[in-house]
Amino acid sequence: MGKVIVVTSGKGGVGKTTSTAALGAALAQRGDKVVVVDFDVGLRNLDLVMGAERRVVYDLVNVIQGDAKLPQALIRDKRVESLFLLPASQTRDKDNLTPEGVERVIGELKEHFDWIICDSPAGIERGATLAMRHADIAVVVTNPEVSSVRDSDRIIGLLDSKTVKAESGERMEKHLLLTRYDAVRAERGDMLKVDDVLEILSIPLLGIIPESMDVLKASNIGAPVTVADSRSAPALAYFDAARRLAGEILPITVPGDKRSGGLLSKIFSRRAA
Amino acid sequence: MSIFRLFKKQSSAPVARERLQVLLAHERVSTGNDLVQLLREEILAVIAKHVDLDNERVQVKMDRDEHVSILEIDVEIPRDATKQAA
Repeated sequence: MGKVIVVTSGKGGVGKTTSTAALGAALAQRGDKVVVVDFDVGLRNLDLVMGAERRVVYDLVNVIQGDAKLPQALIRDKRVESLFLLPASQTRDKDNLTPEGVERVIGELKEHFDWIICDSPAGIERGATLAMRHADIAVVVTNPEVSSVRDSDRIIGLLDSKTVKAESGERMEKHLLLTRYDAVRAERGDMLKVDDVLEILSIPLLGIIPESMDVLKASNIGAPVTVADSRSAPALAYFDAARRLAGEILPITVPGDKRSGGLLSKIFSRRAA
Repeated sequence: MSIFRLFKKQSSAPVARERLQVLLAHERVSTGNDLVQLLREEILAVIAKHVDLDNERVQVKMDRDEHVSILEIDVEIPRDATKQAA
């Protein structure tokens, strides 16, 4: 049975879709069978970031409403063989997502994939709560900035109360993915540091993705950053994060920090997932 | 404190951190899960049975740790506000 991951944040524009594509591709590049699912009904973008926007025929809402079978809606990635996309609908609205329908689709996907990665819409409305509802693991994407940290805190509260895991008394596994991090600015005192965010949110760290032009370049050409340039700094950080999701224990490095591999990373590695 | 500021350029990140810590400790109570709301109301109701509560003088905060959450209720009780025990 596959594991269900929700990539969520509350706030928009922090890098959920980028991270869904990059983590999904990174896990698939290891050989795992992965499907990335877009829950942002009405404002889909995962198809564009993955470079599959012209190949969408059926979507999540079609499958939920029985207009299409799951295999008809799944789009296989052209570069990474074991990576699939289940797009969201662009023309319907989020009310077309029903709790029963989502449960059925997720259940079916779990039988065929190792990882089901759900890209949550921003906000705390229906789309976001349905995306997290059946998750085994949550990746909370956060920028080192006050409004993003506040919204992540709110989302953590929802993950601990409104998910199937929480309702059945189990612990929801949550990980922090700090994105758009600039080690130089943090060191100067102009940006929240990694341990500031960790202390406030109190969830283990999955990885630190540096602020980088490579992320924009990858979305421009329609490829996950781990595929577009697998040697770039953000790609390396996503590969490490994916390995941690798969259960490996790796020391966390702060990209762009001269002291990487030194005392700082040893401190963080204790907190790593 | 102010003497040090003269020599050191003021950095903004510690301010952000401080503001977030104060804000979130309070927001977790009002937007947190139903259990926290229930606990807060019932605990305050019990205290209100015995002393006159001034809502302005009640501070409710929640700290989150990796494994536990700590609900902190700070009630200021004026010496002369104690009701006679029935």
